[in-house]
Amino acid sequence: MNVNVEEKLFQNRYKVDHGRPHISIVDPSVCASECRTQQCTRVCPASCYKAEGNGNVSLITDGCLECGSCRIICDDFRNVEWEYPRGGYGILFKFG
Amino acid sequence: MEKFDCIVVGAGPSGNAAAYTLAKAGLSVLQIERGEYPGSKNVQGAILYSDALERIIPEFRDEAPLERHIIEQRMWVLDDDSYIGTHYRSDAFNQKPYNRYTILRAQFDKWFSEKVAQQGVLVICETTVTDLIMDGKRVVGVRTDREQGEVFADIVILADGVNSLLAKKAGFHPELNPGDVALAVKEILFLPQESVESRFNVNEGEGVVIEMIGKITQGMMGTGFLYTNQESITIGVGCMLSDFKKERIPPYLLLERMKNHPAIKPLIQGGEMKEYTAHLIPEGGLRAMPQICGDGWMIVGDSGMFVNAVHREGSNLAMTTGRLAAETVIDLKRAGKDFTSANLASYRSRLDDSFVMKDLAKYRDMPGVFHANPQFFTTYPELLNNAARTMLTVDGGDKKSKEREILRSFTRSRTLPGLLSDAYKMWRALR
Ligand SMILES: Cc1cc2nc3c(=O)[nH]c(=O)nc-3n(C[C@H](O)[C@H](O)[C@H](O)COP(=O)(O)OP(=O)(O)OC[C@H]3O[C@@H](n4cnc5c(N)ncnc54)[C@H](O)[C@@H]3O)c2cc1C
Ligand code: SF4
Ligand code: SF4
Repeated sequence: MNVNVEEKLFQNRYKVDHGRPHISIVDPSVCASECRTQQCTRVCPASCYKAEGNGNVSLITDGCLECGSCRIICDDFRNVEWEYPRGGYGILFKFG
Repeated sequence: MEKFDCIVVGAGPSGNAAAYTLAKAGLSVLQIERGEYPGSKNVQGAILYSDALERIIPEFRDEAPLERHIIEQRMWVLDDDSYIGTHYRSDAFNQKPYNRYTILRAQFDKWFSEKVAQQGVLVICETTVTDLIMDGKRVVGVRTDREQGEVFADIVILADGVNSLLAKKAGFHPELNPGDVALAVKEILFLPQESVESRFNVNEGEGVVIEMIGKITQGMMGTGFLYTNQESITIGVGCMLSDFKKERIPPYLLLERMKNHPAIKPLIQGGEMKEYTAHLIPEGGLRAMPQICGDGWMIVGDSGMFVNAVHREGSNLAMTTGRLAAETVIDLKRAGKDFTSANLASYRSRLDDSFVMKDLAKYRDMPGVFHANPQFFTTYPELLNNAARTMLTVDGGDKKSKEREILRSFTRSRTLPGLLSDAYKMWRALR
């Protein structure tokens, strides 16, 4: 089964803080060469982390649901720098 | 320099309960919320248990945005294409005052926050608290992402939810363990009110909840749920983060498969999906609970692991811990005592005397039992479903032989000592 998560995220409201992502990968080379499991690319519910063909992992936080999972499951390398967005920015739930 | 009696970080149920109770007793309270409005960051199933809120706002039923009161609870154990379960409906649940309701958190939190503001709390939204301000070991205020955003108070109540970043940054507790938190994803599907009522066989205002375990979580420790709202259905699934990490199953894939289960699909058919959400639930229980107070600070709600995962209760523990923290502060203030770690220990004894700690103590072994025994989420659902199919299929076979066949299927998958020890483990954990 194939699921297009972008289609789901399209229903949500966001106020994106352009140019100021609230999550970042500390050392991309750790993702590429040390982290064999790259679980963030599978577990992130908004699919913000993507496994690129060349072994790198990319992160685009625009669709982030601010759950915190990526930070907690990166417990082998602690390679995720995670803050909340600035006040008022980010996901904006209408129903929750 | 502005100084308050108390700063509350977060405007979810725990923070709102605390702020409301403090202000009602006449204390000066500043409440800071990072969302555009309270609720805009918050996610819940959502069942609201009346009792905890009633103790804070007795007349809430006349004003709060409530969806449906629950008259029927279904518990399903799912195999790939079947389910076996129990349904319990009682007209007792139709007698006022109702015991629980479905709610939509974004709307409910907004309402609760208006009540908080009416009590005189200064509620500031769109502001993220970035750090606690310390004086030695004592918390004396908070730093926010606003210009000149430092504010001070005698006591800071951390109601900032499951991620609990502030206490972590201050070194009060370490990072969450993936085995102590569940990740849940859910969708809200809109349907005409009549469709909701006919599909679930209920009248206006009445609702049904379905809790599910089994193959929908693909062997991971977790549950699914489906709740009826006024004109919509909430459907979601959650599993432990440690299992997600290990199994590498995208959570939205799990949800999509669940929506296509033959027992579920007809119930949600035609529903228009209007929001997709994800949130963590702290499920580590008592054994994973962090330190909950210290000099100048207290923790309430999800950030203190106050969730009863077995009974899917969280918002009521959040409101109760918020209220009890506030009552502790009020009493100390009236007695002219400082908010030292030693004096705040009475928060802990209030919790011990309440259902909060009693329930968490009762189920303290539960998370461990499920972690160590995945058969509860795979083998048993399959066995139960097969047993039902065997018994209910009329195919010329006699019932006695069918019983023997079922018993054999159980002992084949799980040795007799295995079955007995599972029963014992469950009994120990639930006792
Ligand atoms: C899918 C799901 C289903 C659930 N179902 C149920 C259910 O049916 N019944 C039930 O009782 N419970 C349920 N729960 C649990 C319940 O939602 C939580 O226990 C409850 O929301 C906890 O309340 P809280 O106030 O502690 O935290 P939250 O509701 O998370 O509130 C924390 C608040 O703090 C704000 N905040 C955080 N950090 C900062 C900061 N640094 N600065 C400013 N503001 C900040 C957030 O924006 C948020 O508003 C469910 C949870 C989930 C995820
Ligand atoms: S889990 Fe952590 S280390 Fe591994 S790829 Fe993801 S961010 Fe990088
Ligand atoms: S916080 Fe949650 S939604 Fe956002 S990037 Fe991390 S895992 Fe994905």
